[in-house]
Amino acid sequence: MARNHVSATVNGDSVEFLCETGQTLLEALRDELRLTGTKEGCGTGDCGACSVMVDGRLVCSCLMLAVEAEGKTIDTIEGMAKGETLHPLQRKFIEHAALQCGICTPGILIAARALLERNPNPNEDEVRYWLAGNLCRCTGYHKIVDAVQDAAREIRGG
Amino acid sequence: MARIALASSLAPYADGVRELELDVANVRQLFEVLGARYPALQAHLEGEVAVAIDDEIYQDALLQPILRDSEVVLISKIAGG
Amino acid sequence: MSDMLKYEERELKVVGTRPLRPDGVDKVTGRARYGADYNLPGQLIGKVLRSPHAHARIKAIDISAALALPGVKAVVTRDDFAEMPNEFASAGELTVNYRAVTRNMMAREKVLYDGHPVAAVAAVSESVARAALALIKVEYEVLPHVIDVVEAMRPDAPLLHEEQYTEGVKPKPDRPSNIAKRLEYGHGDVAAGFAKADVIVEREFNTKPVHQGYIEPQACLASYSEDGQAELWTCTQGHFVFRAQCAKLLQMDVSKIRVTPTEIGGGFGGKNNVYNEPLAIALSRKSNRPVKMVMTREEVFRATGPTPGANVKVKIGCTLGGRITAAQAEVNFQAGAFPGSPVNQASMCAFTRYDLANVRVVGHDVTVNRPKVAAYRAPGAPIVVFGVESVIDELSKKLGLDPIEFRLKNAAKEGTQTYYGPKLSRIGYIETLEAARAHPHYSAPLGPNQGRGVATGFWFNIGNETTCALNLQPDGTLTLNLGTIDVAGGSRASLSMMVAEELGIALERVRPIIGDTSTLGFNFVTAGSRSTFASGMAGVIAARQMIETLRARVAKIREVPLEAVAWKNGRAEPVDARVVKFEPMSLAEIAAMAGRTGGPIAGHAEINAQGAGPGFGAHIVDVEVDRETGAVKILRYTVVQDVGKAIHPAYVEGQMQGGAAQGIGWALNEEYVYGADGVLQNPGFLDYRVPVASDLPRIDTVIVEVPNPNHPYGVRGCGEVPIISPMAAIANAIENAVGVRLYAQPFSPPHVLEALGGTAKR
Repeated sequence: MARNHVSATVNGDSVEFLCETGQTLLEALRDELRLTGTKEGCGTGDCGACSVMVDGRLVCSCLMLAVEAEGKTIDTIEGMAKGETLHPLQRKFIEHAALQCGICTPGILIAARALLERNPNPNEDEVRYWLAGNLCRCTGYHKIVDAVQDAAREIRGG
Repeated sequence: MARIALASSLAPYADGVRELELDVANVRQLFEVLGARYPALQAHLEGEVAVAIDDEIYQDALLQPILRDSEVVLISKIAGG
Repeated sequence: MSDMLKYEERELKVVGTRPLRPDGVDKVTGRARYGADYNLPGQLIGKVLRSPHAHARIKAIDISAALALPGVKAVVTRDDFAEMPNEFASAGELTVNYRAVTRNMMAREKVLYDGHPVAAVAAVSESVARAALALIKVEYEVLPHVIDVVEAMRPDAPLLHEEQYTEGVKPKPDRPSNIAKRLEYGHGDVAAGFAKADVIVEREFNTKPVHQGYIEPQACLASYSEDGQAELWTCTQGHFVFRAQCAKLLQMDVSKIRVTPTEIGGGFGGKNNVYNEPLAIALSRKSNRPVKMVMTREEVFRATGPTPGANVKVKIGCTLGGRITAAQAEVNFQAGAFPGSPVNQASMCAFTRYDLANVRVVGHDVTVNRPKVAAYRAPGAPIVVFGVESVIDELSKKLGLDPIEFRLKNAAKEGTQTYYGPKLSRIGYIETLEAARAHPHYSAPLGPNQGRGVATGFWFNIGNETTCALNLQPDGTLTLNLGTIDVAGGSRASLSMMVAEELGIALERVRPIIGDTSTLGFNFVTAGSRSTFASGMAGVIAARQMIETLRARVAKIREVPLEAVAWKNGRAEPVDARVVKFEPMSLAEIAAMAGRTGGPIAGHAEINAQGAGPGFGAHIVDVEVDRETGAVKILRYTVVQDVGKAIHPAYVEGQMQGGAAQGIGWALNEEYVYGADGVLQNPGFLDYRVPVASDLPRIDTVIVEVPNPNHPYGVRGCGEVPIISPMAAIANAIENAVGVRLYAQPFSPPHVLEALGGTAKR
């Protein structure tokens, strides 16, 4: 079957790739662009492990076709740190031990960053409801909430 | 002679015997003697059985010594998740 | 032979602090590589054809059309795998019945559950592989099925295995049965004990299977080369056990398979066993190319092992003063399609928290047409404790006694005779109960429709085979090569901390790695709460051995007697400079000279760690019940647990919080839903509802430390205990809130509503 040619911007870089019509953006990121930081946990948009930003919007990349990425700007976990400098969220997650196995961590970090860009001072409920689309089976979310709020504090300059 | 007890879950394989006294120097000898006496128990000994010697539990410790006045209990192995 | 190192109380510099985990940066940047993140040039994609029926005989399999499809490079069926005899064999140190293992990997005569593998293909892309599956023709003779454990135990139930006769019954039965095994534990005289009781409560409980719910589906990559060697990358809790299982199933030498464990996205016991791995190796062998196999979430639910569902009957009697006189339980566990549920362990830990003279527990391992069960964090214990701790709660209410007080009156302690054999050693149950009672949560006020529940749990914890190697690098840093997988608990960090503590050096100087199977001797699976305990012990032994080598080397270099050299403050120093004086040497200085003074310096350990210490936990939970919807909200949760010693307190807290969260999901929403056709209806996270961030409150933790005398740092292990108590604690809290008690899990809104509105509560 003939493959489709897609051009997009990923983490600030212009990229091109080929994909089958039925392939998802998640598959294209992982298998065509070899950006394996974004994970598949369910393939049905229920776990959030595949969270990416598309034109500034938080999206489950398993629910988007790769061909829909044509001309779009996509941000994945690989673009979150700037060179050697980790984003405050990344640092706080390590400091607070807010990750254990780490498989949900990329998706949660992308989602948390999207939250803080909209709401720089979320309370606990706001953090929990925003992250309700990201499943974590290891931590019980307690240390994740602490890390997100602590990162928010630092970003605000507190 | 060490006092050997079998957990009730193992008793059916040993003709219902729950307690006996044996002169054995280590766990391997204990298994050999018990297996010879109770062939139905033999199949379970090596793989499924842990041994408590004076209340310390040993799993897969064939050479663990058994002293003359030890209290030994055979129980089922523990696995986790 | 294990060298049991006894606990020593001492001043600690590294152990007990909270350094940053070494694998943290890779995990927050997406650099860490999990099972599905590995790729090899020329790889094929493998997919599995699965049974759509719960129970059927396989009459014929026709793969010709699939093989003819362009892009398909190999197909395997039962014909490609050897028959295995009906006997137990070591798989590493697990004994399993390979007749069952090979059939679970791929069906032979029959399919026994919806999702059971029937064939597998390897093709140039996923879409070609899926198209190939659709071209495989399987002729089934559909048979009646049974999925309920009580129904399966009846003599007229559809039979899964014609050659299965109930074990543990004398005389041997003359008819086959779905009851694979019957076992019994106990001591004393329960009839006499119940006769002495002033109050007796007898109840029956039913639970559904729940899945470990790891977010990462199983994924592996196999590469078989023409000289008969295979390489395998897979997310596993035990690469040595996987190697042994693959070798046996494929009839290969163990030494011909090299298994590299990838980072693992959660296991909880569910990744202790092979699923696709032998299929991937077989497909690679047939196609002469690497084969990658990644499960979909639906496959994970349909075909990997959940916990058993169960039927549990509990009867406990006590005096008016609150002393238990007799306790009895019947524990009926679904094993799934093949025998081997954790009914044995569940039976052993049902009543072990209490000092009881008269106990009887009967357990049944029952095969049913569901996927074969796998371990899940303290396997079996949460189910039976749901029953026991609910009945304990009812008794304490009937007597008007505080629930913790009631448990203290009957608490097990050091020297208590268990009903499964040995006496308990030094344990922290009473300390845990007292810490729970003293916690402010226990006396906080409650509002309308709010209630509080308490429950306690016990788990044995294990040790088992562990090897590690510690190497001094030329710059004075250490590499610690571990064979125990770091599933999530941060054991890489904890083990490095113990090694750093032993050597008196900064943690940053120790670099841990998890070695593949060719670099170390056998290591058991990371399960049973063993990794910090057993690997810690191995690490300490390796470090102490290295210290002896360092002392001897410095004695030679400085030309002083060995007895004059001490290892202190992270370096070799004179024992007494007034007697024999020499210039101290740091690790870096010794390392720089090592090559020229005898060779590189290392320490190592190969042990079967014994002396694991049991752990106890007590949970307090406040709930609010919405009488209109039946929704139960968790308002407040506190986990109190004796861990022996918290090497890294933040990781221990993480285990306590994570285990409690899984237990909460188990209590409130999780369950397998089957249709009348025996097909699983909710194989996805939408309808299999695990807790999300907005479902849970903060989970407070209290770490109790009653050191395990058999570990140099007092470690007990902590990963499993926290999942045991939530179901019972929440059931008790719901009863306290709205006066109804639930005897079936989950306590989801429809079930709670029914209990609120209905009359009979069975």
